[in-house]
This record gives sequence, C-alpha cells and structure tokens, in this order.
Amino acid sequence: MKAFTYERPGTPAEAAAAVARRPGAKFIAGGTNLLDLMKLQIETPTHLVDVNGLGLDRIEPTPEGGLRIGALVRNTDLAADARVRRDYAVLARALLAGASGQLRNQATTAGNLLQRTRCPYFYDTAQPCNKRQPGSGCSAIDGVSRTLAVIGTSDACIATHPGDMAVAMRVLDATVETVDAEGSQRTIPIADFHRLPGDTPHIETALKPGELITAVTLPKPPGGAQVYRKVRDRASYAYALVSVAVVVQPDGTGRVALGAVAHKPWRLEAAEAELPRGARAVTERLLAGAKPTHENAYKLKLAERTLGAALTQARA
Amino acid sequence: MKFETPAGQNPIDQLKVVGRSTDRIDGKYKTTGTAPYAYERHDVVPNQAYGYVLGAGIAKGRLRGMDVAAAWKAPGVLAVLTTLDIPKLGLGKMNTANLFGGAEVQHYHQAIAVVVAETFEQARAASFLIRPDYAPEDGRFDLAAEARSAKPVGADSAEGSGGGPEDRVGDFEGAFAAAAVKLDETYTTPDETHAMLEPHATIAAWQGDRLTLWTSNQMIAWSKGSVAKILGIPPENVRVDSPYIGGGFGAKLFVRADAVIAALAAKAARRPVKLALTRPLIANNTTHRPATIQRIRIGATRDGTITAIAHESTSGNLPEGRPETAVDQTKLLYAGANRLTAMRLARLDLPEGNAMRAPGEAPGLMALEVAMDEMAERLGLDPVAFRVKNDTQVDPGHPERRFSHRDLVGCLRLGAERFGWARRSAKPGQVRDGQWLVGLGVAAGFRNNLLTKSAARVRLDGRGILTVETDMTDIGTGSYTIIAQTVAEMMGVSLDQVVVRLGDSDFPASAGSGGQWGANNATAGVYAACVKLREAVAQRLGVNSADAAFADGEVRAGNRGTPLAQAAAAGELVAEDGIEYGDIAKSHQQSTFAGHFVEVGVDVDTAEVRVRRMLAVCAAGRILNPKSARSQVIGGMTMGVGSALMEELAVDKKRGFFVNHDLATYEVPVHADIPHQEVIFLDEVDPMSSPMKAKGVGELGICGVGAALANAVYNATGVRVRDYPITLDKLLDRLPDAA
Repeated sequence: MKAFTYERPGTPAEAAAAVARRPGAKFIAGGTNLLDLMKLQIETPTHLVDVNGLGLDRIEPTPEGGLRIGALVRNTDLAADARVRRDYAVLARALLAGASGQLRNQATTAGNLLQRTRCPYFYDTAQPCNKRQPGSGCSAIDGVSRTLAVIGTSDACIATHPGDMAVAMRVLDATVETVDAEGSQRTIPIADFHRLPGDTPHIETALKPGELITAVTLPKPPGGAQVYRKVRDRASYAYALVSVAVVVQPDGTGRVALGAVAHKPWRLEAAEAELPRGARAVTERLLAGAKPTHENAYKLKLAERTLGAALTQARA
Repeated sequence: MKFETPAGQNPIDQLKVVGRSTDRIDGKYKTTGTAPYAYERHDVVPNQAYGYVLGAGIAKGRLRGMDVAAAWKAPGVLAVLTTLDIPKLGLGKMNTANLFGGAEVQHYHQAIAVVVAETFEQARAASFLIRPDYAPEDGRFDLAAEARSAKPVGADSAEGSGGGPEDRVGDFEGAFAAAAVKLDETYTTPDETHAMLEPHATIAAWQGDRLTLWTSNQMIAWSKGSVAKILGIPPENVRVDSPYIGGGFGAKLFVRADAVIAALAAKAARRPVKLALTRPLIANNTTHRPATIQRIRIGATRDGTITAIAHESTSGNLPEGRPETAVDQTKLLYAGANRLTAMRLARLDLPEGNAMRAPGEAPGLMALEVAMDEMAERLGLDPVAFRVKNDTQVDPGHPERRFSHRDLVGCLRLGAERFGWARRSAKPGQVRDGQWLVGLGVAAGFRNNLLTKSAARVRLDGRGILTVETDMTDIGTGSYTIIAQTVAEMMGVSLDQVVVRLGDSDFPASAGSGGQWGANNATAGVYAACVKLREAVAQRLGVNSADAAFADGEVRAGNRGTPLAQAAAAGELVAEDGIEYGDIAKSHQQSTFAGHFVEVGVDVDTAEVRVRRMLAVCAAGRILNPKSARSQVIGGMTMGVGSALMEELAVDKKRGFFVNHDLATYEVPVHADIPHQEVIFLDEVDPMSSPMKAKGVGELGICGVGAALANAVYNATGVRVRDYPITLDKLLDRLPDAA
C-alpha cells in the first residue's frame, strides 16, 4: 500500500471535484475490493475521497413506480429491503449469492458495480496484465483461464466482471445516475455502463475521471417469475463459474442475462426472442461468436444447462 | 523408559480422565483471542521492527542485480537485505530449495529480499520499490510432459511412508496376465497447498550471538537444529518457542523462509524483527503436496480374490527433491500374492513439493480406493464385500509380520450398517431427489502408526500443582489437553491441578507434531516422566512406589493416605524422562484403519457436486480424548472433501508457478459444503503402540475420504472421473441431457 492522503467531502459534487482535481485520486466507499488491491499495489491511489458520509444511502420510490437506490446502500440492506424482495426478487437473490455476510454488510451498491476482475494474473504484479499495466500483455489467454470470459473478449484481455448484483441490474434495465466535478448529472443505462475490454481493458466503465455514481435506479417492477442461479465450485463464498438472471412472464416472454462469461453482464435482447424455443436456442444466439479457451469451453454448455434449469424453475 | 514389550496393566487403564471427552484446556484462550500466535507476541521482546519478504517474480534463472536504493530511502526503512548480499545458505532438515542467499532463482516467489521498517505498511511499501534484474531461464513445469522422462526413485515421506524405487512380491506381471478379471487405470491428483489459517510467522531477536525465534512450527527440536545449521551457529545458541500454532498440516514441519529471514533481518537491522509470509507467498514460497499420476493394475479371480496388484506413481520435484510416496499403503492394505509398487520422480522447476497431511496415503488412497470400487463393479461384488474378502491380518510382503491390531473389517461393516449402505443402488445413476442425482460411496482409510521417542519433564510444587514441560506442539490438535489428561490420570489429580507448557526448545525434546505420531508418543513420554515422578514422590513420602496408589490428590499406601502436595512441601520435585522404543515396530506392523462413507448429490443440470452426509468409522487404538479426536477426524474429512472436489494449485505451465495463490481462488470447503459429519471410534486398545495403547488419528481422517466421495459421484451419475478435483466441467459433457 502506497501512502495516500484522505478527505471526507460534504456533497457528491464536492467529492467529484476532489477526485477530478487530483491525478491518482479515487473514491472509497465500502473498500472491500479497493483496500485489498491497494495492499497488493494493484491500485495505488495517491488520494482517497471517502464518500460514505454523503447521505447516498437511501432507497426511495421514483415517480415512475420504480426504486432509486442510493450509491452507498449496503448490499445487506438492499437485499433485505421489502420492496426489492417483493418486486425485484432477482436482485435480492443475486445479492445474497455474492460474497459473505460480513462483506455484504460493508459492500455498497455503486462499489459493487465497480469491483474489478478476479483474473488471477491481474492479482500478481510480477505477471503481464493489460488491465493492470496497459501494454504488458495478457498472461491468461494461454495460461490458467478456467474461470475467465468466453465471449466479448479481445486479444488483450479475457477477464470477467466477477459480480452477481450487476447481472440482476442488467436484466432489470437499471440506470446509473452520476454527478461530475462541475455538478452536472447524467444517467447511463446499465447496458452501456460496463465496457468490453477491446484494446483498453484497463478502462472498465463509461465513467469519466472524477464522475461519481450517486444512485442506481430500477424502472417499475417487471413482474413475472424472477430467478437468479449461480453455479460455483463450492456451495458458498465463491465467484460464479456461470450465473443466470431471468425474468419470465406468464406468456413465455422474458429477459435473460448471464454472469461470469464476459467483461460485463451479458445480455442480448435479440436472443430473448428465442425464449419460447428453450434454453438451447437462447444460448446459441446469446453466445454466438464465443471464443472460449480450451480450459473454459465448458461454460458454453454450462450456461445452456443453467439457463434451462432457471427457466424450469421460473415456469414451475 | 524403554518400551520393548506390549504394555500390561498400568495407571492409564483406570480411564478416570484419559479416554473421556474433555474440552480443550486451551480452548478458552483461543476463543477469546488471548492465545498469542507467533506474530502477536508483542510482549516477548521490546522494540520489534517489521519485516516484509519479497519473492522472485520469475520461476527460474538468476539475479543479475537488484536496485534497492529507493527502498532504502523510503519512509521508516531500517534495513534492506537482499539474497545477493550473502552466499547461498545451507539447507535445513528436509529442505529442498534454499531459503535465502545467492543469485540463483530455483522457483517462483523464492525469497530474494527483506525490508525492515518501523511499521508493517512501510516495509511493504518499500518492498515494491526494489527493482530486481533477472536473467530468466527456461524451466520444466508440466508434470504430464516430464513424466515420460521420470526416473525410479525410492524415498520416505518424512512422515513414515516410503519404500524403494520398485518393490516386488511374487510375479506381478505373470499373475496379472493370467487373472480372470482385470483393471488397468490411471488416476491423477493435483498440487495442493496446506492453506492453514495462520501464515508462517516469526519474531527473531539476537542477544549477542544467541538467537531466539518466536515462531509457528510443528517440530521444535528439528527446527532448532536446522536453524543452527542454516545460519552456521551452534545449536545451543538457538532457542525456538512455538506455544500456539494456527494450523500446519505439514507446512510447518520444517524451517521455512520466515524464520531464517527474520533472524538475518534482525541482525541487519540490529533490532528484533517480526515478519509473516503473505498469503500469495505461501503457495509458491513454501512447500506443497505434489501432483501425482498414478497407474493401478488389479487382477482377481472371478470370485473376487485379488491375485495381482500394482501401484505406480509419478510425481515431480526440484532437483534433490523427493517423490510423493503415494504407493505405500498398497503394500499393506489388501491381500494378494503378487505385488508391485513403484515410484518415479520427474524433475520440475515448480516450488518445492513436500509433506502435507498424510503425505503418500492421502493422494495414494484417492487412486487405489477408486480402483477398488471399479474392480468391485467389474466383479459384480459389493464394494464393502470386495474389500472384506481381501482383508489381511499380516503384511502381505512379509507374512511373518502380523498387524499389531487391525480391524478394517469392523470399520467397514459397522459403517455400512450405520450409514444405510444396504440402500445403495448397485447400478449407478438410479437415485433422484428433486434436482439431485444421489449416490453413496465407500473407501477404506489407512495410515501407519509411527513410534518415535519423546521426552518430558514434570514438576510437583508445594501446592500440589503439576507442571509439564515438553517441546511438544499443539497445532490445533488438542496436545495440551491430552497431556494434561495423562498427568492427571498418572498422578491422581484433577485437570485443574495440571499446567502444560509446550513448544519451547529449552524443554525436553518430544515427538513433535507430524505424521499423526504426536498424540501417542508425546503422551507416552509424559507417562514415562510421571512414572519417574511417582517414584520420587513415593520415596519422599517413605512409601513403596509399587504399592502406592495415586488418586483424588492423595498418595495411598496401605490404610494411609497422604496429600500429594506434601511430597513437595520441602521443595519442588522434578522428574524428567522419555519414551524410547525397541524393535516392537519391526516385528509387528502398526497401522490405523477407517471406513469412510459419503453420500453426495450431483445437480442434474449443472453437475455441481455437493456432499449430503459423511461417516467415518475409525480403528486407531485407545482414543485419548474422544472430543478432540473427533475434531481431528472431521477436520480431515473436510480436507478430504476439498481434495476431492475443489482444491488444486493451478499450474501456469509456461510461466512456471501456481497461479491461484490466494484463498479467493484456491478454494477449500466452507461451512455450507459440510452439512453433516459423523465419527465413530471402535472401542479398542493396542498394547504394542505404547503404555498409552493409543495410535494416531489426525491423518486417518483424510485418508480415503476423497475416494469415497469420488465413488459416490460415480454411483450418483454413472460418470467416472479419474482426474481430481472432480469439478463440474469434468462431469458436464457426460451427464444425461437435462430434463
């Protein structure tokens, strides 16, 4: 961990300005990912702007009938919220499938969207990694890749977004609200929030430097049967090998997003038209053009079978 | 005390304290955070500085140089010592790679520098400023590729199993060729890391030329000698102290870089230095259980009598390293007139392979006991019946050697009854419970019982308090408690009258903790010291020690009872003795046995394997403390689940290191993976083991579990996976189409 300075600003705009002002500054919220990365000097912020005291910790109804989730709402509180449990069950289930109770108590909604990959090479500063050190190369493509991405990859990076919450947010069509250093606000559809690696895997989101997430908004409840199914090597406290979020309506239409297969939650609205034809048809469309390694090709079949199980559960 | 003939009646047989389920006497310190582990011993020496070890970023090659100027200038830095500053250090006991010194890099994350600073954070930050200049060399990192050039090597595991490069009985090839029913299959097990909770950690302080190490180590006497040898100082100038150890599993059998580098850093900084290896360093800097490729051939008559059995294992290691002794149990577990066991060793440039809980047997049984399951199916026999049919009461290679006591059949039969084995479908893939394909599996557990000398000192003071001192360690096993139970039984006092002091090299040398030899030998050493103390007490009180009974805090002879404390009224009584063994282990084979039963569910869609329940029935002599013994066995069973289902150090075969070097990516079972475990100990004693009539049990718990689980997966799905760990990707393609 490199020495850093620290401040607690009074407002979201001040926080954004504080980060924009200082090269190498970063926001800190729950710190469950950032502090680990700082200890390993994968992240080396010179200045930390603590956003925990900004009052961004409320869950409020929106005029459109949805929910506005403050950026600092803890995962535990979000998963336990009665409105979330009733109307957005896929989100509650995704949250509870992640991490451990202790981590969920600390981890925040915005921080969860920004968590960084768990590619093992990203975590070893002696190894090349384009995400950690742009231009140094990717060790994973011809290395250990069993847990890594199968689609949307590039020659520069095959890392995944490791989270569960974002997969549910994607299937729920959430939007991300931000404020920048000038105090201007904007909303970013979740579909556009995470980026594919391309030639710049170190740039993971659409956020501009200093731009601060203030909330994540859910549109009005989608109804239907909602399922989140996470597949992993052990029963708890593990990252997904594949996860599936589905919302299925009584008429058989619905939405599907996959986790742990790409650099972002993976959803293709066009593939959802195949839902009446079953899981195989959907995943064939959803994962068309996949470029797995020999170690992670199993994810294609696993995604299909997991989606099948999730659809069966949703329709039961 | 020399133990040369089977034990007769002795005070331990009273079983007033020994043999009873007893809470750990150190439990309250551990659960309240007041048991100080090595890194937390803030009070043992003032002015402690912090060390941080830097590991090599290449797998093989040389260091051309290291730029440490920026590190020296960093805030708080007191010293920077690099491997280029000193010649290559010698090896300690069982070390294969050098722990520090010289320009050669033998494996990834081998220590190349240490920074000492006023705070941990300063030392860590400065370590990132060191710029090593490497001249990398090509290495060999792929066991499967190197297996072809592997050479026959004999060895022992340092934990009691071993043999020649090739050991033969009868004519294996002829008998196998002639056998009516045969199996010839190959099984692989991966590299594993010990993943104990407490990292390797040491505080080192010099007083003149005398060195004290407060550390975390399983084998105090070995370590004292090794530290002296590595540093080139007289052993009498070294003190090692390790009263509490947060798990070891073999990772702390030998001196590792933390101890050696803390000592060197303390000298360089002229301050006491504390340091711990970081979690990423533990996988690649320290030792691991080596991967194996095991070929097993079994031939039998149509009625299921084994006529030929061969077990050959190939593993890899650094030059001068030893093979994993995975074939050893196959010499002793089943009958059969024609036998072959062989070990081959490939040269690899991965980190050092060495002992991990039940080295040899743990991976060996993961292969052998699956082969037995496959063979039973070919023969149309129940797997329990097939094992019972081929039981042996003698060492098959030396039929004149009987087992001192062997009740594998009892373990299997009782286990089958208790587990509901009769309800198992012989045909796989038949049982469904909702989304789960359900299966049952069985395997035999086997681990030798080792006899090794062990000494202790016992003091009696004027208040009647008995204090035991021995360098025995408690690695979470319950040593404190069984030693206290032994003293209480021998001296006729309650447990709260006994103080146990462990882990200090100034105390008499014990067996230490390894190879499941600790409990029986260390308590036998304490027994010997107590016998001597009883004689001293009797003499002081003027009674004949043969007639004296020690009970309820009194010494009774004839009608007279005298408080035990009175013997020390005029001054403390001290007795020191140890147990040493004659040839009893040569004339009789001493081993421990288990029947492991596992029920699994395999998700019909995703192929996730989840354990539903487990049972171990153990035959391991007298159980000194059923509560702590059970804890040992369920811990072993849990580790067995890890080895079967998830544990694997992933090798980057190009860059030459274990990639998943943290606990987020090297997965071990969590609570949700272990829903229900049951342990039954057969009520038995083994008078040939020691006056305690006990045997080891801590490693028996893992031996066979992985195979029982693998067999249950087969029974559930009809898919046989011979490549551990059994992760879902190995099952998925072969599962039936989802409903």
